[in-house]
Amino acid sequence: MTATLPEAQRSSAPQPLPDDIRVTQLRVMRSEWHKFWSLRSSYFTLAATLIAMIGFGGLFAAVTANRWPHMRPVEQAHFDPTAVSLRGFYLAQLVVGVLGVLIVTGEYSTGMIRSSLGAAPRRLPVLVGKAVVFAVITLVVTVVTAFVAFFLGQYLLSSQHIETTIGADGVARAVVGTALYLTVVGLMGVGLGFVVRSTAGAIASLFGILLVLPVLGEALPTDWATNIDPYLPSNAGQQLMVVHPDPAALLGPWSGFAVFCGYAAVALILGAVLLRRRDA
Amino acid sequence: MIEVVGVTKRYGDRVAVDDVTFTVRPGMVTGFVGPNGAGKSTTMRMILGLDAPTAGETRVNGKRYADHPAPLREVGALLEAKAVHTGRSAYNHLLALALTHGIPRRRVDEVIELVGLREVARKRVGGFSLGMGQRLGVAAALLGDPHTLVLDEPVNGLDPEGVRWIRQLLRSLVADGRTVFLSSHLMSEMELTADHLVIIGKGRLIADTSMAEFTNRFSRKVVRVRAQEAGTLRDLLVGPEVSVTALDGGLLEVHGLTSGEIGQIACRNAIPLDELTPVVASLEEAFMDLTQDAVEFAVHQDGLTERTAS
Repeated sequence: MTATLPEAQRSSAPQPLPDDIRVTQLRVMRSEWHKFWSLRSSYFTLAATLIAMIGFGGLFAAVTANRWPHMRPVEQAHFDPTAVSLRGFYLAQLVVGVLGVLIVTGEYSTGMIRSSLGAAPRRLPVLVGKAVVFAVITLVVTVVTAFVAFFLGQYLLSSQHIETTIGADGVARAVVGTALYLTVVGLMGVGLGFVVRSTAGAIASLFGILLVLPVLGEALPTDWATNIDPYLPSNAGQQLMVVHPDPAALLGPWSGFAVFCGYAAVALILGAVLLRRRDA
Repeated sequence: MIEVVGVTKRYGDRVAVDDVTFTVRPGMVTGFVGPNGAGKSTTMRMILGLDAPTAGETRVNGKRYADHPAPLREVGALLEAKAVHTGRSAYNHLLALALTHGIPRRRVDEVIELVGLREVARKRVGGFSLGMGQRLGVAAALLGDPHTLVLDEPVNGLDPEGVRWIRQLLRSLVADGRTVFLSSHLMSEMELTADHLVIIGKGRLIADTSMAEFTNRFSRKVVRVRAQEAGTLRDLLVGPEVSVTALDGGLLEVHGLTSGEIGQIACRNAIPLDELTPVVASLEEAFMDLTQDAVEFAVHQDGLTERTAS
């Protein structure tokens, strides 16, 4: 029977496959890396991050420089050239958060997850692979964009001689901190993606936690608010971006960021537990 | 070899698979048949470790699917629903799967060639027709050159050309000596391909039998006889093991006698015959009879639980 079959119909490999074929964490990571770069949405969201950080940072700096002579002394006293140039992070966190969610929920909505888990049925390597690949790519992109936004902003502010330098106290930490904050926002999105599994649900949860919780916190009675609000995820995480931290604050820049990482870790661990336990 | 041992799957109150045990033996095509909703897909997902059984276990070549160091090397699977990101090209989809195992790129090119997707391999999967999607699924299943294939309703929704292609592929897989576990809700599909049958209905195992045995046991043999003196012939043929149904125009349907035996009886009694045709009722009918009971039983059961609940 074999002889009568045309060659193209033979299903076995003409050359046998190598012997070392097996699933490893590194290989799953390579697969996730390839998955990331083989979707157009990845390029769009990274481009949007660039635009949000550099475009909006530059815009805020330009507007501020333009309005500076007309600003009231109180405003001028509170002026922070670093924060102005990095202001685009507020929009960028939405983009990065959505990207983190999408690399997970995009697989659930299309059914791809069944192929992914069929190829790596131990499952945990898929989550680890996605988280690591996402963190590396996002950190590189956001570090570069944060520095570009900072230097562009300072250049625009220098027309009024109100710029600062990267060597000034706390500035470098704030610039790098912006990138770190954004990366961890995305990782929280990855974790929530595995927990919620639907794009809309995961995005709503992520921004509920990041943007709505602090607003609700402000509505608390003052004696509660002072003890609770600093520990809310985005409040804690954004401490790292403050150039001149209040020494009396409950959480300093790095301890605040550590708390924020804790929240992201909870989301990822919960995602991992549910990924292992639930049917695909 | 695939072993399904005492597997039960419950979704809340609903039992999708109910204590099913069978073995898919190596080197042959085992057909997995049952009406829609019988639990075929659920069982296949449990074999591939995508769904966890509520009770019992499934093994592939002696181990749980997930415990194999290179699962794609053991079993290739084509599941019913498309399991592909629509934004990725066919080539990139297959390469992403290959990378998890360290399967070389040349194998990705090979399987693309094999399923005839070369021209569209760089196009995004979102624009693929059902047939092209099915070919991509087959390519993914063959990626690790596995000895065992699990195919869930591979011909469902395909045009005649696609159906023909799948059948040819199945023949070539068999020619390679592979183990194929193939599901369908159509018995006619199995008549052409399967050596062994596992039949389920409403989550329960109904039959686990060789194709030959199933054909022997369940296909009803009928002989159609047409004669002017149909009434006389009828009286001569009927007996304890023989039943005769008289139809219009002197036509008789005879159960329990071969056409040769009927011919001899007619000859001995000098009754001229206008027609003598052996008819083998299709396996599809036998299959319907078998699974009908399971369906009715289940409907009855549901009614019962509803009544006791209210």
